[in-house]
Amino acid sequence: MSRYSVFAIAKQALQHHMGWERAWRSPEPKPSYDAIIIGAGGHGLASAYYLGKNFGITNVAIIEKGWLGGGNTGRNTTIIRSNYLQDPSAAIYEKARSLYETMSQDLNYNVMFSPRGVMMLAQTHHEVRGYLRTAHANALQGVETQFITPQRVKELCPILNIDGPRYPVLGALWQPRGGTGRHDAVAWGYARACSDMGMDIIQQTEVTGVRSAGGAVTGVETTRGFIGCKKLGIVVAGHSGQVADMAGFRLPVEAVALQALVSEPIKPCMDVVVMANTVHGYMSQSDKGEMVIGGGTDGFNNFTQRGSFHHIEETLRALIETFPMLSRLKMLRQWGGIVDMTGDRSPIISKTPLTNCFINCGWGTGGFKAIPGSGWAMAELMAKGEPGPLAEAFNMWRFKEGQFIDESVAAGVAH
Amino acid sequence: MLTLTCPYCGIRAEETELSPGYEAHLKRFGPDSSDEEFEAYMFARKNPKGVHFERWRHTYGCGKWFLAARCTATLEVFGTYPAQVSQPPADLIAAIKKKRPEWKGYA
Repeated sequence: MSRYSVFAIAKQALQHHMGWERAWRSPEPKPSYDAIIIGAGGHGLASAYYLGKNFGITNVAIIEKGWLGGGNTGRNTTIIRSNYLQDPSAAIYEKARSLYETMSQDLNYNVMFSPRGVMMLAQTHHEVRGYLRTAHANALQGVETQFITPQRVKELCPILNIDGPRYPVLGALWQPRGGTGRHDAVAWGYARACSDMGMDIIQQTEVTGVRSAGGAVTGVETTRGFIGCKKLGIVVAGHSGQVADMAGFRLPVEAVALQALVSEPIKPCMDVVVMANTVHGYMSQSDKGEMVIGGGTDGFNNFTQRGSFHHIEETLRALIETFPMLSRLKMLRQWGGIVDMTGDRSPIISKTPLTNCFINCGWGTGGFKAIPGSGWAMAELMAKGEPGPLAEAFNMWRFKEGQFIDESVAAGVAH
Repeated sequence: MLTLTCPYCGIRAEETELSPGYEAHLKRFGPDSSDEEFEAYMFARKNPKGVHFERWRHTYGCGKWFLAARCTATLEVFGTYPAQVSQPPADLIAAIKKKRPEWKGYA
């Protein structure tokens, strides 16, 4: 792989840019691999990357039924933050956030990480108390956040209306080192680095069955035939339940649609990420100038990657009091992704009833920000066969034990 | 836009008039049950990609809970029925089987 650099650009400029090589190979699948990861989204690719980088396991295939990064990785609102209440969440999301800071250098691929700051508005007294508590928890966890005044909120984001009649801004939880990244670039950068380590990214190939013998996986049936493996990682987000079913176990997961939308592009007006959880909407401005807006999930099981229009309407209606300028803005595009929601709204990075099969799922509505941390923890789990400190609490048996990582209560919504 | 017919008041209601209530026909387990049964009741969900039976509430209508059979992959609605049953009515299952021969049936 030739490195991307200013010299590479200069060299290619002299050759009319005809000499760029493909960022990753598209090989034919081999008969078997040391490890197979199902799902070439951000989490799957990151898991493969850290398997190679941290543990030297490079005889790996990543099997993807569509195209890489074409699921939720390409459908989110690209927010990166780690201001969680519970210790296990703060640890893994903070690991992810810190890896985002150096990701462009690490992967030699510009993921456009922009630590512009994330602000979570407190618009009720309950939220003020909740965020004060989170700020204290974050201080103990080593996550840099602070609770700021409405005046400071207005300084940081002048287009906000802090005196709304129904939901005035009473303060905010501010994480200055949070921000956004370029979601596709994260998948592409990991894919390029994985391919460079000799891993095979096999796209347009659907896993149709998991073959096992004596309580261990021997390989997967795919639309391109059987592929053997010594270890299997399932990292398929919305379809986790379906793949787990092929492997013969059940997950506490339900798939629902989460929608997002962007406005027409406008001049720069907002250089932070704002989340308004009481009214249930969040917004940032992309480099192209579009306002990127997200809200809550739709309320029923859905695999169609489309949601109901009234949810979008509700999200915008809710945000207009807080961002009055939105009322004059045309919305350009809207889309949906299928998110896998667990009972406590926290992810699962876990061993499974099959000894050499591991699962990473349940990221629900907040997976993008976790990609590097999730991959880091999943790689450790797959390489050692036992979870490391980051993954330990996220095992799938916590529901039986009652050891929830209850971010659904801690985060309220938009998580 | 999802449109369901409320089996009580017979009104064709669209989604904004209704509240979703997730999986129907969950068997309840209480204090005397095993840990596995209680965990399954609390958290294990079928989450099928295909035919699914769900609870819905006609919130801005008669206010009653009813049940619906719906496809999660196409959003096709097969039918709705009152909630006072422990499994889907036989005629509805037969109708779905006719439309979807590959469906394994209600389990």
